[in-house]
Amino acid sequence: MTFCGATTGIEPPLALLAELTHRCPLRCAYCSNPLALDPASRELDTAVWRRVLDEAADLGIIQVHFSGGEPTARKDLEALVAHATGAGLYANLITSAVLLDRARLERLRDAGLQHVQIGFQDTVPAKAEIISGFPGGQPKKLEVARAVTDAGMALTVNAIVQRHNIDRVDDFIDMALELKAGRIEIANVQYYGWALKNRAALMPTHEQLIRMDERVRARLPELTGRLVVDYVVPDYYAKRPKACMGGWGRKFLNVTPSGSVLPCHAAETIPGMTFDRVTERPLADIWANSAAFQRYRGTDWMPQPCRSCDQREIDWGGCRCQALALTGSADNTDPVCELSEHHGLLAGITATDGGTAEVPLTYRSFSL
Amino acid sequence: MTGALGEEDRVRLAPGVMLRQDRVRNHWQLLGPERVLILDEVALEVVRAATAQPPVTVGAAIGALATQFDAPRDEIAADVLEVLADMIAKGFLTR
Repeated sequence: MTFCGATTGIEPPLALLAELTHRCPLRCAYCSNPLALDPASRELDTAVWRRVLDEAADLGIIQVHFSGGEPTARKDLEALVAHATGAGLYANLITSAVLLDRARLERLRDAGLQHVQIGFQDTVPAKAEIISGFPGGQPKKLEVARAVTDAGMALTVNAIVQRHNIDRVDDFIDMALELKAGRIEIANVQYYGWALKNRAALMPTHEQLIRMDERVRARLPELTGRLVVDYVVPDYYAKRPKACMGGWGRKFLNVTPSGSVLPCHAAETIPGMTFDRVTERPLADIWANSAAFQRYRGTDWMPQPCRSCDQREIDWGGCRCQALALTGSADNTDPVCELSEHHGLLAGITATDGGTAEVPLTYRSFSL
Repeated sequence: MTGALGEEDRVRLAPGVMLRQDRVRNHWQLLGPERVLILDEVALEVVRAATAQPPVTVGAAIGALATQFDAPRDEIAADVLEVLADMIAKGFLTR
């Protein structure tokens, strides 16, 4: 891969997460969006998004993920998909599906949409409703999922896994096969944003995770060539951190509904950060030079034990937001790493929050 | 759908997969959901031959590649099948 500028030595990003809106009809307890959401009145308009998409393509971004909140709550989604496609971007839609129907999916396909990822809260409708707080969601999701493949687009089943559905991972895989999905994402809930409020109600036990892991691995051979499996192992039970975002400021950028440009979806939780806005500075300049992207880019920021670790350019020190949430400072090594002085914290959290007890969910509410 | 890929099979791009020239990075790539596969010159020609329109069998694609690269058919056949089988396993192509 070539560098985007000999002077910066910074590679161009691969993907843009375009958060079109924070509005969402669902009230999911595991929502990873920040506690303070952008109101509709602060959302970027169509013209600004078009310019952002052009700047993203010029910068070398390959894929755009239209996300939210619920991106289909924006009436200009078709126009934005068409614009992205025209700029040479691969267009993905990350959706709950409950606002979609066959006619709109066909319009989105005709605008150039390639891939639709639908989030599923469970395989059992009543249990899915308990997590999403949205009645009647499951039949709608299944209907839309079938319409996606009927329309010739790629479908991903995003199985959002936590204590209450983790024992049905086989059922999620079977559902993906039945829906003719090309891909399933088995995504263990990450405890950022709103989800952190519900950690004690959602975190599975270690035994549940081991059983799930055995089931997924047992299924993998039969799925080769039929269903791509992307499998996110839950951090809290890991020994080494994930390379969050593929490394800070290395592959991804995120534009919020009101136009702030973030190195990751949860970066606004970190105190002392300043984020540039697409309305004030060109995207390429933000990517290369903004304080937020520079702060944890590369290895210069790293404390020990990361700084001298032979894994430092593999995991890039793990996740900054997780370091913040668990140790109180985003500058620390991700405590998921067993070499972190804070790694012992995790055993305490999983002992108290990981369980099967009936802890009430705290729903979020941010209606259309 | 089952069994090893053979010369009598036909392959096509899987739903949601596109072949794209990346002008910033100066290479060709296959794009799919959350995926990028960078193609070198040979892999690009294999994809083009195997997904030609109107559709051809893998065997016909191997024949076309042998002619294009002036290579003995028997020597490249196994390599082409392996490349295509790998792209199927990764979800970029489908039978």
